[in-house]
Amino acid sequence: MIELTRRATFSASHFYWNEAWSQEKNEQVFGRCARRNGHGHNYTLEVTVAGTADPVTGFVVDLKWLKDVMEREVLAAYDHRHLNLEVPEFAAKELIPTTENIAISAWNRLEPAISKAGGAKLSRVRVYETPEIFAEYRGER
Amino acid sequence: MPKAYFGRRYLLSASHRLHVDSLSAEENRAAYGKCNNPNGHGHNYLIEVLVGGPVHPETGMVVNLATLDEIVQTIVLERFDHTNLNLDPLFVNQVPTTENLTRTLFGMLKDALPAGDLDYVRVEETENNFFQYQGS
Repeated sequence: MIELTRRATFSASHFYWNEAWSQEKNEQVFGRCARRNGHGHNYTLEVTVAGTADPVTGFVVDLKWLKDVMEREVLAAYDHRHLNLEVPEFAAKELIPTTENIAISAWNRLEPAISKAGGAKLSRVRVYETPEIFAEYRGER
Repeated sequence: MPKAYFGRRYLLSASHRLHVDSLSAEENRAAYGKCNNPNGHGHNYLIEVLVGGPVHPETGMVVNLATLDEIVQTIVLERFDHTNLNLDPLFVNQVPTTENLTRTLFGMLKDALPAGDLDYVRVEETENNFFQYQGS
């Protein structure tokens, strides 16, 4: 089994807010991230798939195909958007666009397209909010 | 609840010297090379901490960043940042290789987390080498 990872970047704004809480509690738990006008990051998305190398091409997956899947499923929805306002899974206000939830949501967007292709399996999705802060999801429920 | 992982990187600048008393001067020199120079040397270590656990539905978080920062600051950075590792009691009986530093940090942080489980500690000694420990 070989793991293959592709990186992409997207820029988006967000804020953290739990609708069930008071303003004071939101500010206490989320600090500056609770400012309602939002703030932004240059995110890095790392998508890792695992599989065996094709005997003819030597590829686990075609990187161009994986790049296109990432662009179509994730970047088209997230890049240069306000996550809380424009991305359906967060705009419903039930899911806060934390780095953890972005990683899980990106997984949920990517996994059907990758498994449908029938080759390598999605292994993990890592999202860097800054070079020092990141979250990862491996499909565990 | 889905299980996810939250990771954070911290900078720790410290000096060390690789030397064990049970080896001769020549043997130390052979084992550790430049790292055995008598006066020690320093690194900008990057400490990467990965915490795994359920994503709390109210916060969307595995662990609150501010809480994790405070724990790492209190337990690790205040103790080791801008110090000579060899002089710390934890390195009296073990040589402060980055392997041993990584394992030591894992042990110090493992029980201190209020939420989630410590998945790994990775220590990057330079841009070209790093060490990771997952508790076994």
